[in-house]
Order: sequence, then C-alpha cells, then structure tokens
Amino acid sequence: MRIFDPHIHMTSRTTDDYEAMHAAGVRAVVEPSFWLGQPRTSPASFFDYFDALLGWEPFRAAQYGIAHHCTIALNPKEANNPRCTPVLDALPRYLVKDGVVAVGEIGYDSMTPAEDTALAAQLQLAADHGLPALVHTPHRDKLTGLHRTVDVVRESNLPMERVLLDHLNETTVQHAKDSGCWLGFSVYPDTKMDEDRMVEILRTYGTEKVLVNSAADWGKSDPLKTRKVADAMLAAGFGEDDVDQVLWRNPVAFYGLSGRLRLDVPEAEGLHEGNSILRGGE
Amino acid sequence: MTQPPARTRDHVAAALPDDTARAWFDEALADAARAAKAPPTAPTSYIAHTWELRFAAAGRHCGHDNADAVRTLLLVEARAGLDTLTRLYQHGSAAERRAVLRALPALVEGPHAVHLVEDALRTSDTRLVRAAVGPYAAAHLDPHAWRHAVLKCLFTGVPLDAVARLAQRAAGDGELARMLTDYAAERTAAGRDVPDDLGRVLTLTGEEPKER
Repeated sequence: MRIFDPHIHMTSRTTDDYEAMHAAGVRAVVEPSFWLGQPRTSPASFFDYFDALLGWEPFRAAQYGIAHHCTIALNPKEANNPRCTPVLDALPRYLVKDGVVAVGEIGYDSMTPAEDTALAAQLQLAADHGLPALVHTPHRDKLTGLHRTVDVVRESNLPMERVLLDHLNETTVQHAKDSGCWLGFSVYPDTKMDEDRMVEILRTYGTEKVLVNSAADWGKSDPLKTRKVADAMLAAGFGEDDVDQVLWRNPVAFYGLSGRLRLDVPEAEGLHEGNSILRGGE
Repeated sequence: MTQPPARTRDHVAAALPDDTARAWFDEALADAARAAKAPPTAPTSYIAHTWELRFAAAGRHCGHDNADAVRTLLLVEARAGLDTLTRLYQHGSAAERRAVLRALPALVEGPHAVHLVEDALRTSDTRLVRAAVGPYAAAHLDPHAWRHAVLKCLFTGVPLDAVARLAQRAAGDGELARMLTDYAAERTAAGRDVPDDLGRVLTLTGEEPKER
C-alpha cells in the first residue's frame, strides 16, 4: 500500500515518526506552512521556517525514503499580527522554489478584515505563480467560515479546481463539494474527523477529489492516521483501488497541478550506521 | 579527490530530457549572459533578475538530476559576484545552496567567500557538507576549519573522496593525525566500527599513530 499524506507538520515530529510512517506505507508528504504554537514576532522567523521546509526537512524525510514537499504562506492566525504581515512581500521569492507545490495554509481563523486581506492577496499569488492553494477552513464558526471562504475563492483569479478546502467535516462537506474544490479531511485522535466517520463520508460522497490527511503537528495527533483510514476503508468493503485513489492518486493529482511534484526520493546520501538521522557530530 | 566533474554546457544539454528543456536551458543561459554584460543593478529586496528566477526553477524544467549542473553553469555565465552569490546562497533552497558552493572555484578568487563554506559545514545536511569540501575549501579553509571538515565527513558518512586535494592537505598534518587517532580510539572504546576512510586519510598524513 502506498500512502501520500497531503498535510502533515513534520517539523514537529521525531525521526521515530518518519520510521513508523515509512513502515506503514507512507512514501510522500506535503508539509504546509502554519503556526508553531508559540507566536512568531517577525518575518525573519518565517524565513528560517521556510528555509527548513526547503532544506533540512526534505533531507530528514529522504533519510527514511519519503518524498517531502511543502506549501508556503502567511497563516490565517498570524495574518492578524502586524509584526508578521510584512512576510507577504517576501513570499514571491519562496513561491518560485522547486519544492513548493502550493500556496498554503491560507484561509480564515477568526474571520477578521486582516484575514480577508491576506487570503485574497495569497490567492492572487497562487494564480500568479501557477500554483494551487491549500485553504484551511476555520475551527470556530465553521459553516459560516466555509461559506465565506468559498465566496472569496470564487471571486479570486484562481479556478475552484485548483483549490483544496481542508479540515472539512459532516457539516461542511456538501457545500464544499458543490463548489468544485478538492475536499480535504484531517483525521485526529479526539477532534476533527475520525476513521469511522471518514469512511461514512466516503460512502456518502464518493472518493472523487477527496484527500485524507493526518495534519499531525505539535498537538495531540497521530502521523499514522492515513494508514488507519486506509485499513478502515478496506474493513468497510472499499477496494484497494479506492484506497489508492484517496490516499495516493488524489493527492498526486492535486499537488501535481503545480508541475513540481517529484515522487522519486533521491537516494539518501551518507546514511549513518544504516538508519539514524545524521546529527553532524552526535 | 572526486567532486563530480564540472559538466560543460554541451554535456548538460545532451543529458536534458527533451527539446523543451533544452530550449529553456538555452534561454536561461542567454538571460544570464545578458545580466553579465548589463551594468550592475541591485534587485529589490524581493524581486530577482530573470536569470535568478530560472536558477530557482532549474529542477522542474531540466530534471533534478541535471539541476546542480544547470545552476552552476548559470552562475558562471552570469559572472555572479560575491554579493550575488551570498544572496542566492542565503535565499536558496538546499539544492540552490549546493550550486553556489560548486561554483565558487570558478567565480571567486581569494578567500572572500569562505563564510559560505563555513555556513554549509555548520549544517547537518550531508549534501551541503559534501558540496562544501570541494576545491574552494581546499584552497581557502584555514587548517583548523579544514581538519574539522574532514572529521565531520567521517562523522556523517560523507565519503572522503569528496574532499578536494585531500592527499596534499593531509600530508605532514600531525594535528589531523592526532584528531583521527583520538576519534578511532573513541569509536573503539564504544565498541563501534572505525570508518574505513579514517585509516586511509591517517596514512595520507604520513604521521605515525601516537600512543596516548
């Protein structure tokens, strides 16, 4: 079984996770730019983070036979912090990089005017750079947020079929599907979606344009949720081709819209004693 | 002493996947050549010259196996100076940084770019470490930094064949021999294997392993 986790924050995960993910069948990930728990205070802090997503993290992933790409953006929450917003001016120099396969995560957190501005500006950046967009839908006041998100995307220069609406659930999936966007679901231990509800969604709405991710980060989350959804699908009577579509072909098709997806992992150079991450001197 | 040999324009063009890639490559080199002839204008903080955008995009247009060679040729064709090299390194992905490091011997005379080599040697990315220990490092790294670069290669599993002019710089280096001997002792004390390359470079120093 081959698995593509289209949304996971590996910066917050250990090498044990990479090893377990590879053993579970994960061969490719996309790491979206997001907030870090602790608020940032300047654009320079974003630059170091973006550099890691384009340098250190793909190197770490390659040690474990996993292809790593990223999405770059100013996230919705920090779009409200005037100390952070100048990072918008620097995004073009990152959006041309080979490892960047979308603009994201953009979208709404608290639905403020500052978030309106950042979302519209970054949808335009995606259109200008030939990139699709990964759009986070808000956790609070979710259905209203989903409607507002779809309205803003519709008014932008980015076609709906180049947008992935993420963190959907039972209350938002129908409107999201009607919009023509790609449909993303995050499967979590306690919040967001779980495996069995995910299977029900797939039964009801089908497998077309549906992506499932672990969204694993620094909170309570599980980088193996993609595999657990695959197992739940098989147990519920879905075929292996359905699993391959949701957990491999759909994310490949969506991020492939960038023309920058590279799924052959370069042979990890200098594997140290077989499998441990290199530390440059222990 | 085998950094990958510098590939010429013709070699790279022959390796490209198709005519579309070859046309892109030709246009990118022409952009770079124009920049080399134009009077120097500083790019704004965030908007780069056209050839610099192609420098960033070389992987997806030419194939990732050719990207290092394409980027290095672009830097040479644009006659990138120290300021440009430093900016492209500092704003670069790991792959772009490798190309800057590989272009240094052709573009920078003297030790002014050694800060870029030192930066790469501080990372834990073996692809950067490997690109850092080429001919420019052989010519300009001071003895202390060079010895630590050799030791870092042994620590991180970068083959010492990547270290340019290893035999010449190691010859007669008693301090390097001492560091290697101590490292071998530390490995042995921990019950771990001593890297094969260690004995080879110790021999190159021409120094006898010392009892401590």
